[in-house]
Amino acid sequence: MRTPLGRVRGLGSAKEGTDHFWLIRLSAIALVPLAFFVIGWIVSLRGADSAQIKASLSYPPTTFVVGLFVLISLYHMRLGMQLIIEDYAHNELNKLVLLILNTFFTILIGAASLFALLKIAFGG
Amino acid sequence: MSKAAATRARPLSPHLTVYRWPITMTMSILHRITGGALYVGTLLVAWWLIAAATSESYFSFVDGLVGSWFGLLVLFGYTWALFLHLLGGVRHLIWDTGVGLEKHTASQLGWATLIGSVVLTLALWALYFTAG
Repeated sequence: MRTPLGRVRGLGSAKEGTDHFWLIRLSAIALVPLAFFVIGWIVSLRGADSAQIKASLSYPPTTFVVGLFVLISLYHMRLGMQLIIEDYAHNELNKLVLLILNTFFTILIGAASLFALLKIAFGG
Repeated sequence: MSKAAATRARPLSPHLTVYRWPITMTMSILHRITGGALYVGTLLVAWWLIAAATSESYFSFVDGLVGSWFGLLVLFGYTWALFLHLLGGVRHLIWDTGVGLEKHTASQLGWATLIGSVVLTLALWALYFTAG
């Protein structure tokens, strides 16, 4: 016999409860203003040469917001791709391999983007 | 014996093929496809950032690709996918509050997402090509 409170505390068999649902929504909310900022920033780069683009990228508030956009986007898309894999990969091994690749891909892209961004920001 | 009975072809309820295709279904599929496209697209974003951090000549080369007709075509598709997924996400956030789930409202939200994404994409590119 488990009371409703006990069931919620146990968070179900995955021990995660609604974490995945909540985190994908949380990152989605953060991405709405960030996406509009980044789109606006890219439009403002119209006609800029590479030196001007790098100068704009190394302006601290821009570096910061572009960095946030990249990291939260990657976090959000990793959660989304996890849903797609869990829906369509019916073989347990395939599913496991794809979930691992999903995380590796996301971290690889994130590390590379962040490295590039910081190198530009710190005058590389 | 029961297994043989279970594998015999039985009449199945026709599901997807017999209904008029609803807009909510289209938008659900498009939300997932655009999400997948944006996922792959981060490779291009990372490439562009790495090019900017590498060298002047390499960045000019990549920037030239971005500015070519094919690069602009990819970017156009990318912005549409982004706007569709963004508006679709807002639609989901509205639904999460328990609002807009009624059949006709949900269909209207689906059309609003589709039309909104096209309008925003065209407006953005009109701005890009006309603004000083």
